Amino acid sequence: MNISVFYLIAFLSVFFSLMVIFAKNPVHSVIYLIITFFTFTIHYILLNAQFLAIVNFIVYMGAIMVLFLFVLMLLNLNKETEPVKSLLVKLAGVIAGMCLLVVLAGSLKAISTSAKGNPSTQEVVQNLDLGTVKYLGKVLFADFLLPFEVSSILLLSAMVGAVLLAKREKTEIS
Amino acid sequence: MEEIVKTIQGVPLNHYILLSAVIFSIGVVGVLTRRNAIVIFMSIELMLNAVNLLLTAFSAYSGDASGQIFVFFIMALAAAEVAVGLAIIVMIYRNTKTTDINVLNRLKW
Repeated sequence: MNISVFYLIAFLSVFFSLMVIFAKNPVHSVIYLIITFFTFTIHYILLNAQFLAIVNFIVYMGAIMVLFLFVLMLLNLNKETEPVKSLLVKLAGVIAGMCLLVVLAGSLKAISTSAKGNPSTQEVVQNLDLGTVKYLGKVLFADFLLPFEVSSILLLSAMVGAVLLAKREKTEIS
Repeated sequence: MEEIVKTIQGVPLNHYILLSAVIFSIGVVGVLTRRNAIVIFMSIELMLNAVNLLLTAFSAYSGDASGQIFVFFIMALAAAEVAVGLAIIVMIYRNTKTTDINVLNRLKW
């Protein structure tokens, strides 16, 4: 194994995320999105963030993808019924996205050339047990206890909201 | 695990920033060019994931665990967002029989 593993996985991430937005069939988009999330899990493992890798695997590739697939199947959208936007709008969107990318890359280049010590040559992973469950749990339940509890209220309200929104109204005249 | 960590140690931080910028831009292009509301949701998920990867890279770079805690919270937020958003899409589909965003222009007035 050498350093080129990162570049291989990065290429796969970019390739499959491009396939997500260019696939005609929405179900194919979901499948490509699952593969993209899997490459992100590999990125987390390479960064030695083991806890995040497991959570990404379970939450994104498990829960969120099941939600997407169920909604697509329930709405019967798994055929290519999407009317395409006009070519002008598509071209404008692509050009706007490229402009954003150029701005981001240019600012990164400007910062990295003006910063002292040239951080682009320094290695990324420095503390070996930073991403383990033991270390992160200590930080999460000591410094971030209140946001953790508040996020439980967020999840509860999201669940109530989803059930309320998706429930069919009885009084509706159809 | 030691071997994997030794593998990644040669990757500079700038390449992580570039990768995240590229994937974020792909998500923006997806939001701007597609008309199916569910595909737009998937593009938003792509953008959230790019930010997550960048936060993790910064966290590992600076030796601070707060970034990875933030990524954990963002994942909880994304789960809530997807649940509510897909419920809204189901409701809209039930009323208008489509998920084409060009039909859903009643909020404009």
